[in-house]
Order: sequence, then structure tokens, then C-alpha cells
Amino acid sequence: MTLREQLREKISAAFYRHGLLCASYPVPIILFTSASILTCCYPLLRLPLPGTGPVEFTTGVRDYSVPSHEPHGDLGERPDWYRGPPVAYIQQVLVKAAVSPWDSSLVPVDVFRSPLGRVFSLLEEIRNHVHSDSSGSRSLESLCLQVTGLFPGLRRMQSVLPEHGCLLVSPGNYWQNQRELFDSDPDLLKTIQKHEPKGLHTSATLRDLLFGVPGKYTGVSHYNRKRVVTYTITVVLSSYDARFLGSLRARLKQLHPSANCSLRDDHMVHVHFKEEIGIAELIPLVTTYIILFAYIYFSTRKIDMVKSKWGLALAAVVTVLSSLLMSVGLCTLFGLTPTLNGGEIFPYLVVVIGLENVLVLTKSVVSTPVDLEVKLRIAQGLSNESWSIMKNMATELCIILIGYFTLVPAIQEFCLFAVVGLVSDFFLQMFFFTTVLSIDIRRMELADLNRRLPAEAGLPPPKPGPLRPREVPPPPRPSPHTITLQTPAFRNLRLPKRLRVVYFLARTRLAQRIIMAGTVIWIGILVYTDPAGIRTYLAAQVSEQSPLGDSGGAGLPPHLAVAPVFRGGDPTSTLSIHAAPDPTPLPENQSQGHHGSGRSGPLPQAPPAVPQITWGAEDEEGWRRLSFRHWPSLFSYYNITLAKRYISILPVIPVTVHLSPQEAIETRHPQDTRHPPLPVPKVSADLQTDLTLYKVAALGLAAGVLLVLLLFCLYRVLCPRNYGQNGVAHGRRRRGDLPCDDYGYSPPISEISPLLLRGHSMDIECLASDGMLLASCCLAGQIRVWDRLSSSSGCWEQRDGWDGMSSATDLSEDEAYPVRRRTALPWPTLFTDQPDLTPLIDTNFTCQPPSHLSTPPRGGFDFGGLVERAYMEHEPPSPSAYPAPSSASSSSVWAMELRGNLIAAGRSSGKLELWDAVEGSLRCRNEDGVSGITALAFLNNRIVAARLNGSLDFFTVEIKKPLGLLQYRGPPGRGSMPPSPCYSSEDVISLQLTRSIQCAHQKPITVLRAAAGRVVTGSQDHTVRVYRLEDSCCLFTLQGHSGGITAIYIDQTMVLASGGQDGAICLWDVLTGSRVSHVYGHRGDVTSLVCTNSCVISSGLDDLICIWDRSTGIKLYSIQQEVGCGASLGVISESLLVTGGQGCVSFWDLNFGDLLQTVYLGQSSDGQGVRQLLVLDNAAIVCDFGSELSLVYVPSVLEKLD
Amino acid sequence: MGDSTVTRSQQQLAVSQQTQQHQQGPYVSVITNRTSNLVIRGAMLFSVGVFLALVLNLLQVQRNVTLFPPDVISSIFSSAWWVPPCCGTASAMIGLLYPCIDGHLGEPHKFKREWSSVMRCVAVFVGINHASAKVDFANNIQLSLTLAALSIGLWWTFDRSRSGFGLGVGIALLATLATQLLVYNGVFKYTSPDFLYIRSWLPCIFFAGVITMGNIGRQLALYEYKFIQEKTHQD
Repeated sequence: MTLREQLREKISAAFYRHGLLCASYPVPIILFTSASILTCCYPLLRLPLPGTGPVEFTTGVRDYSVPSHEPHGDLGERPDWYRGPPVAYIQQVLVKAAVSPWDSSLVPVDVFRSPLGRVFSLLEEIRNHVHSDSSGSRSLESLCLQVTGLFPGLRRMQSVLPEHGCLLVSPGNYWQNQRELFDSDPDLLKTIQKHEPKGLHTSATLRDLLFGVPGKYTGVSHYNRKRVVTYTITVVLSSYDARFLGSLRARLKQLHPSANCSLRDDHMVHVHFKEEIGIAELIPLVTTYIILFAYIYFSTRKIDMVKSKWGLALAAVVTVLSSLLMSVGLCTLFGLTPTLNGGEIFPYLVVVIGLENVLVLTKSVVSTPVDLEVKLRIAQGLSNESWSIMKNMATELCIILIGYFTLVPAIQEFCLFAVVGLVSDFFLQMFFFTTVLSIDIRRMELADLNRRLPAEAGLPPPKPGPLRPREVPPPPRPSPHTITLQTPAFRNLRLPKRLRVVYFLARTRLAQRIIMAGTVIWIGILVYTDPAGIRTYLAAQVSEQSPLGDSGGAGLPPHLAVAPVFRGGDPTSTLSIHAAPDPTPLPENQSQGHHGSGRSGPLPQAPPAVPQITWGAEDEEGWRRLSFRHWPSLFSYYNITLAKRYISILPVIPVTVHLSPQEAIETRHPQDTRHPPLPVPKVSADLQTDLTLYKVAALGLAAGVLLVLLLFCLYRVLCPRNYGQNGVAHGRRRRGDLPCDDYGYSPPISEISPLLLRGHSMDIECLASDGMLLASCCLAGQIRVWDRLSSSSGCWEQRDGWDGMSSATDLSEDEAYPVRRRTALPWPTLFTDQPDLTPLIDTNFTCQPPSHLSTPPRGGFDFGGLVERAYMEHEPPSPSAYPAPSSASSSSVWAMELRGNLIAAGRSSGKLELWDAVEGSLRCRNEDGVSGITALAFLNNRIVAARLNGSLDFFTVEIKKPLGLLQYRGPPGRGSMPPSPCYSSEDVISLQLTRSIQCAHQKPITVLRAAAGRVVTGSQDHTVRVYRLEDSCCLFTLQGHSGGITAIYIDQTMVLASGGQDGAICLWDVLTGSRVSHVYGHRGDVTSLVCTNSCVISSGLDDLICIWDRSTGIKLYSIQQEVGCGASLGVISESLLVTGGQGCVSFWDLNFGDLLQTVYLGQSSDGQGVRQLLVLDNAAIVCDFGSELSLVYVPSVLEKLD
Repeated sequence: MGDSTVTRSQQQLAVSQQTQQHQQGPYVSVITNRTSNLVIRGAMLFSVGVFLALVLNLLQVQRNVTLFPPDVISSIFSSAWWVPPCCGTASAMIGLLYPCIDGHLGEPHKFKREWSSVMRCVAVFVGINHASAKVDFANNIQLSLTLAALSIGLWWTFDRSRSGFGLGVGIALLATLATQLLVYNGVFKYTSPDFLYIRSWLPCIFFAGVITMGNIGRQLALYEYKFIQEKTHQD
């Protein structure tokens, strides 16, 4: 235990020093932190950007061999996925066919009907090709990928895709590879279009699959300017046979020579596909992200009481994110490459690392006393939370270490990342976030100061030195009170619960915003990376644009006429020299029959044909123009996944087919001619290209505008509208400013006005009241009694003042008085009801100057006119008039009670005195005790005094009436127990010590309460004792607290609540002495306790007011008050709570935890907290306010509640 | 003197709140009504349960852990129609049961009653499911042990109440039994059963789910409790 304590102390001290350091040098530390973040993130630059696109690897064809499964040592640039055989080899035969020369008698359908028709003969050729050599003869059947059946869900594809046998796709599949069907098809385009999916589609369509080139390059349409039809026959091979493929290539080239073809055929490309993320996989991912956002939202919502809530929330998120990045970067640096899908584990990492520490830090720092220096505040806040932070971190590390020993690679990796992330998060919290916090708090103080200056502009400039309000000398008071209501600044954490539900949507706007931003980014990424998305579109646009743009720029005639020029001028023709010799060496093993038959067919047309058909570099790898989901989707139709596998794409075989017009006419379908001849747009190609250009430009412009609008909207949504004037709107409102909410609505000035009762020269120490009279006692030992002239007017009059002090004090007061008397005008006596003013009282009245006389006529001050305040200062009684207490010179009043017209005052010297409240005469005195009286209870005719030494004295007040005198203010007596017994001045009152319990408690009694015939004492010895008032017998000793008792509440219903220094609150059953409930609510002493019928209200040193359910002991809610608020509490009615603050009192609605009003008591009360607060029976409260008493009458609040 | 910053939204709330106080809308009366509150809570829990069931089932189906008849796979509701409603009903029951038991035992749950903590709990639960579906373990025992440890960790981190643990274990056992029966009767099946007819990690997932739903239910009940409280105050 001691070791733990030592450790704790050391950690706390270390954190304290660290906090000092951070707050002292914020800028260098932030720079250092940023530098370290950047350094740690630097290795990330080398990582490939995450994406789902396929990866390519190119090898030569000649020395190709199937890679082995085992990784070789000399891998070099070989990617690690290039192992083992590919899923399939793709051999594409790229056919370009055209009818030439073009005849004006031809109809648009002719452009593609006969070229497409040639696919059947080519298919025949490919299927029947047999290569035989020494190792035997091989046909396509033996090499190709045999498929067994379509994926069950693809019923509509059944007619087009091969269901079994070789996977060989071509446009012929539309007509089941049957020439007859093709010939009898009246509308080819309709057939093709029939299979297109409706609506938007982003991935490979059937048309792309069958044609093997993107739809717009096929040239199969009525509006084909180039009149060249392009398509591919795609052969999927399961094994690679170089000789067979070579012979097939040679054969096809021989049959259909491509004169100017310069395609390279010495490279094969291996394409590796990553794991595909389908929409189904995205849903869980999106869900986790939504949960993550919700978590971040609910966490950052708790940040409060800082200058810039958003800034701190951002800093918190930045802390977590950059710690993640750092962890990944560090792991990469030490050679651990992340194999996990980063996007998937990211939310879990954030959740594991968490934002809690950051929030705890903020809360702890914010709850330190504000009047400390910023440095000290940070340091103190840090050291307060150091232990819990270290404990949490150790726990988390332990959990993660346990996870590490599961020996599952994925989990191990996750744990490794999490450990590094946790450590770097801790580092960032300590350096980055703490520093940001210190800057924020400093800003808050500066803003505070700035706002204070203009308010005091009219006054002489304040001294530059003292910034703290406590040091400012009290300026003259122009008016006794200022009213402010509804300062939302006091509204804290707790909002009414039903509104929380009702305004749930309103509150979740933040979540909506974050999710919206996330979605926008996500969509942006998707659009950009999607194969059919904007990137490929732009690339296609650019590639399409460039040749046209060139030709247009050169002023050349349209494309058709350009064609011959290309032949000579085409830069690729230089390569044709190298390509040309390829077809010549005829494979010797080629079957002769094919050779002969093939040669006879196409030969006549080929050489003389007008070479409309050009082969460019873009044809070399035409599959690149396809969506990269082309191959996965083709294979997925046969239930073969390409995820994490690769395919090898063999060099394409070019085939050029020229058809004569006669042939085209022969193959016509009778219905083809019905199509009207294409009205050839007379628009020149120039204009065409221009139009495309304009289109692109307009699109780009529109996109730009849209983007700007979007960003603007995002900005508007994300940033508060009053960005610049944040501080004004949110900051603390100075007292005296007219409160005005965001809508410009200024509530009417409150009719609550505090009434200041002046007269004491020093701070008020004790307050007592019995409803009619109010007694107050100040540090100087002066007791003043105030009476209310009439309860309706709310006017109070200082009834009497006297001094029980020694002459020394009297003298000093005497010196003080003349000054005031001289400045003040004599006030004509306005006393209307002064029956009890005895001739003893000197009638040297001193009153307030007229300007102070009545409260300023503010609007809504409904009883202001009625209030007349008259001060009657009473000369200190001459020593001869009262017997001056002999030994009172050093004793002050520690406790005071008022019943009827008797004031019981307990002094530090141990004396108990009874004064007549009306006459100001000392009626009786008991000097038995020597230990100071710390608490007094006055009930009926008994007085209980608790003393510093732990003893408890019970006194009885005995009244002996002189015979013949009648009681005119009520019959007193021992038997009858009126609530406020009155004693006439003629009565002889004596105090009798009935019982003295010497060792009631081991330690000083701190609190004493009496009600319902019970006396309850609480002491520093952690116990509560219950005594019966009648016979002063101890009924119970209640044990349960682990600290000294600081607050006790007992009322007529026998409910007993006690609060201690341990922050615990206990509810007891007074009848049985059993503990009903025991709750911990405060981080520090419980300073005050009040109960209503249904709940218990406690306030603590942590400036928290907690409201507990009385029957179950469940905390209903808590109100975070301003730091340094007084701990005084009072309940006015069942649902109205009043708390004292710094120079103000606040009224709260208990049902909702709502701040109803805040009433400021004076102008220059910054340092004066309300420590004592008394609730009188008629909705008035009295509280001390420095050396003044303040009476706040709250009818309006009550009306509102009723 | 202390300072405090109040966000704009809070100020707005303050104003709207004042107006709200004076006019008790019908919505509030619905909320404060005990039965309707119960219904609302049940509906919320039900929808949460359905949503989680859909999402988590998707995870399992993607990995071919669970096999349903093939026709429904193509749809986004990748499981049979009866699974989400069942999960929803179960979660509603659990979510209502937890605060109820808390109330009866008289030991209110006080540990980490915040929405951020609840969100964290849900995230961890989804993570456990994720791990069960996506992480390749060496063998089933390892997988089950890991998941069991994770579930207990979940309970320790977010619940720590004995009643929660007991209820979780009980319901997990019941649900496991029910699943066994279902699979035995051939309603659906698992690809590689290793615990009679089901996967051995299923009880852990059930346990974690019960804890999570209980957490949500308790948090929701907090509102109701306050409403009831308010009502008594106003009376």
C-alpha cells in the first residue's frame, strides 16, 4: 500500500512538473511534437497508396515459364503475388473490320453487319485450329479453360454466355454463335441493346464483355464516322502452350494480314486483383465508421468550459489520428509491413485508443481554481489525473499484451499497432494536447481581460498590475444592485431530460455534419477510383482528344481523308519493319488443310483495300481501356474469383478484315434498308472536335462550380455562422450588460432585486432567522437584528444593533462611524411601526443618502416604490447600560440561533449568551464551558451547544414571568410549544445546563442539527450521533463515513442525510438507525446537503451540485457550477433550488436542472462568495454578501413555477 | 471568478427550452407515459437489433460461415427473413430486461453511464463479430477462446455488474440451445460446425451481444427514469 502511495506521489509530481513545462513553453513544444509526428509519419510515404485497383507486372513472352510457388531469392522486382500459375491466360484476337471502299449506295447498317458477320468464320477458325508437333497435337479444346456452368443467379445471361465447354467470348455469342441466327436477325443493335442492364451501371457490362473493347470503340452504331468496326474474340486458356499460340497467331495473321500493324507481341502482362470490396462488404465497414463517428461525437460533446470547444475537439481528434499514423509509420520503419486492411481496422483502433484521456485531462484542468496562474492550473490538473491516466494505460497495455499472446497473426498485428498507437497517443496527449489546452486556457483568460476593460472604460483606468478581481479595490457603488437574469453561462452539462429527447435531432446535427463530410469524401474517393468513374472518363477524354485535336490544329481535313496520310506519316510505321517479318516464318507443323482453305478466302481483297484501318499503340493493350472489373466480372459469372489472384494477358493478335461493298450488300437483311439513310451531319469534324472540346470545358466548369458550391456549403455547415464573434456570443457575460440572446431577444429585466442590508463592518459570520426576525453576526462580533416592517412590502429595517464587544472594538467603530455620519444627511424618521424601540436606544439615526434611498426605478420593479429603507444606526451601548462581557475581548461568535425574540450566541470562548432580539439586551449567560461552541441548536426551549472538544451541552431556557404581567405576544411556556416563543422583556430568563455529555465525539463536532425532537451531531471522528432532545439520551451512533462529517440534514419527517469529507452521502433511517443508502457523489468534501420530499441535493468542494433520488439513492443529474462557487444551498419550494455563487445567487428548477435566474447582488463583488444562505418562509432568501446582508425576494420565480 | 463557455447550441436550447416549458407538447406527454415509453424503448431496441443483425449477418454470409438457401443471397437482406425480426425481438427483450432487473435488485447500474461509452461498447461488439468472421485463426478452439476472452473483456470494460454477467450467461446459453435446435431441425446450417451443430464461438457472440444490448437498454431507460422522476416532481 505504501509502495503504491509512493508511486502515486511520484507520478503525480512528475506530471506536475511536466504540466509546468508544457504550459511554460507552448510554442517550442508544439513545434517539437509536430516535427516528431512528421518524422514518424515519414516512412508512410513509401507505402503504396491503398486502393482496390489491380496491379500489373510485365514479363517477356519468349522466356516465360509458369512461376513456381516458392519465392525465389533473386526475386528482384518481382511482386510477391507473382507465384504459381495464374487463374487463366487471356488471349484476345482483336478484329478490325471495315467495308471498303465505302459506297454511297450503302446504308448505315452495312457499316457493321457484314464485319460482325465475319466473327463466325473467325471463331470457326480458332476453334478448329490444331497444332501438332512431336509431342502430339493440341487443339483449343485441350488448352482452354473449361467452364462447367454459370453462376446460379444469372439466368438472363444463360442465352449469351457459354454455359459449358471452352470459355470463348465474342460478339457472336449474341446469336449463340450461329450464323443463321445472325443472318435472320432484323435488328442487330436491338439484340445487342436488349442485354444491357437498365439504369446506371459502373462495372463491366455484357456488351463490353462480348466485344472486348469499350462500347464506344466498337463502332457498332448507326453513326459511325470511321466506318471501322472493332471487336475482340477472347479466348481464356487454362494452360500456356507457346507453340500452339504461336501457330494460332501465325495462322490468323496469315489469313488476315494487317498491313500496317506494328503491335508488339513480346510482352505478357500479369494482372493481380486485390480483394474486391463490394457493396455488401462496405455495409459493415460503413457501420463501424458510423459508430466511430457517434463515439467521437458523444465524447467531444463533453468538452466544456473552455475557450474554443471546437478547437479542443479538433485537437483531440488530431491527437488520436496522428498517433495512429505514427504507429503505422513506426511499424513500417522497423520492417513490419501492414498487411491488414487499414480501412477496416482503423475504427477499432480509434475506439481502443479512445478519447477518454483527453477529456479527463480537459475536465481536470478546467476544474482547477481559476484564480491560479495558467501554468499552475495545467500542472495541477495534470497531476490530479496522473494516477488514473497511468492506471488506465497500464490496464489497456495489459489487455493488448494478452491479445498478443493469442498467437493469431492478424490479432498480433492489430495488437502491435495498438500498443505503438497507445504509446504514441500518450506521448501526444502529454505534449501536444496539454500544450494546446494551456494555450486555450490562456486565451480564455486574455479574452476575459479584454472584455472586462471596456466595461470599466468609464472608470479611472485600472492599475495594470492586479488582473485578478480579488485584488481590485472595490470601486464606488453607483447603485446598490444590478440585475441580470438568465445567464446561460451558468447552464452547464445537465439539460432537462425530456428536452434531450425532444431535441435529439437538433443535437445530432453535429453527427450529421460529420457523417455528411465523411460521406462526401467517401463518395469523392469512390468516384475517383471507380473504374468507370471520373478518372477513366477523363483519361478516355484526353486520349480521344489528343489525335483529333492534333489533326484539327493542323487544319487537316476530316479523318476519312487523313487515313492515307497516316500510312506514310504515322510514326509507328517505323516499327512495322520490325513487326513485318514476324508472320513470314510459317510454323512448319501447321496443318495443311487449314492453311490452304484459309489462304483462298480473304486474299483477293486485302492488298488493294483502302486502308481505313489503322493500328495504333492504343490497340496494343486494348484491354486497358476496359474497366478493371472486366475480368473479375467475367470470371465471377462462372463462380471463379480473381480476388488475390492474378491472370496473364497474352499479347493481342491483330486481325484486319476488309470487306467489299458487294459482300456487305449480300449479307444485308431485308429490313436493313428500311432504316433511312443516315442524314450525314454536315457538321465538319472541326466543329465536331470543337464541340467535344466545349463539352469537356463546360463539364469541367460545371464541375468546378459545383465543387466550389459544395465546399462553400461544407464551410457553412461546419463553421458556426458567427465565426468571428465567437467570444462575444459565448463568453461570460459581464454583469450589467443587458443580456440578449442569439435571436436578438432581450428578456425583460427581472423584477427580482436584491435588497442590501448594510451595517456590519466586517464579513458576516453567522446568520439566523425565525421568519420574523433576522439576526446576523459579523467577524467583529457585532450582532445585528433586522426586522421586517410588513411582509408584503418586503421592507426591512435594521431593528437594532448593538455590540457585545470590548471597548477597544467599540472605539474603533466609533471612529469609523463619524465619517459616515458626516457624509450622510440626516434622515427624517419614517418609522411607522416601532413599538419596541426602547428609550435605551440612542436616536442618532444615520441613514443612507437619498440617492441610495430607493432602488433605481427600473422597469418591472413592481414593489420598488413601496420599499423604503431606513437605517437606524444605533450607538454602541455604553458599558454601563449593559454589563460588558469581561472576557469577551478575544472571543468571537461562532454560532448563533434565533428563536422568538431570543438570540442564542455561542462564542469561541465557550460562553453561551442569550440576547433579547428586540431590545438588544443580554438576558442571560452561561460560562460553564471553556471549549468554543462550534454549533448551536435552539429548539423549543432547549438549546444544544456543541463544543470544540467534542462535548455536547443541553440547556433549558427557563422563563419566570413576573406576576401580574400579561403576555401580549403569545403565551410562552414549557408545556405549550409554540413555533416561536416570545418572551417579554419583563420575563426573567435563565439558562440551565440540564446535561453535558463530555465525550459525545472524539473529535470536534462540526455540525449540529435539530429537528423533530432529535438532535443530530456530526463530527470529525467520522460518526454521526442522534440524540433525543427531551432527555438528551444518545439513540444511535451512525457509522459509515470514511471521513469527517461536513454536512447533515434532518427535517420534520425524520429524514437524515449526512455528507462527509470522503464525498459520500448517507441517508439514514432515524427511527431504526440503519443506513438507507450510501452514495459517492463528490470529489471532495460534501459542503452542503438539503432534502426535498423526493430528492436530496448536495453540493461539494468540486463545485458540483448533485441531485439524488431520495428513495433509491440514484443520482438524477448533476449541475456543474462555476469554479469557486459558494457551497450554500437552499430549497425554496419543492422544485426551486437556490445556490450561492460569486456575488450572486442562482435559482434552479429542480425538475429539469434548469437555471431559472441569476441575481447579482452587487457590482464589485468579484471576490465575495455567498457562504451562508437562509431561506425564509415567504419566498425570500437572505444571504451574506461580504459585510452586507442581501435579501432577495422571489415572488416571480414562484409564480412561474406555480 | 469562474468563467464558462457555452456553446451556441446550448444557448439555443436554453431559449427553446423556455418556450418548451410552458407548452407541454403532446410529445412530452407521450414520453412521460410509462407504457408508451416502454413501447418507444422497445421499438428503438428492436430497430437497433434488426440493424445489427443485418449488418453482422452480412459479415458472416460473406465469409460463407452461415449458409442459407441460395435464393435469398442475392438480396441485400442476405439472410432468411426471419433472422432480423428474431434478433430484434430478442434485443428488445434484453434491453428492457436489464433496467428492469436493475430496478428489482435495487442496485442501479452506475458504471460509465454515458452515450460515448455505449458507442464504444457497440463498436467493440461489432469488432468481435468482425474478428470472428474475418480473422483466420489456426483452429476453432483458439478462435473460441479468443472470442470468449474478448467478450469477458467487453463485460469488464463496460458493465461490471453481477446481474449483467449472470443475465448474459443465461441468455447466451438459452440462445445457443435454441440455435442448436434450429440447426438440428435443418432450418439453416453452419459450414464447419465444431460444437455439435454450431460453431463454438456462438455463445461468446451471444454473450457479447447481450451485454451490448443491455448497455443500450440501460442508457435508454435512464431517460425514462428521469421522466418518471419529473412527473412525480410536477405532481
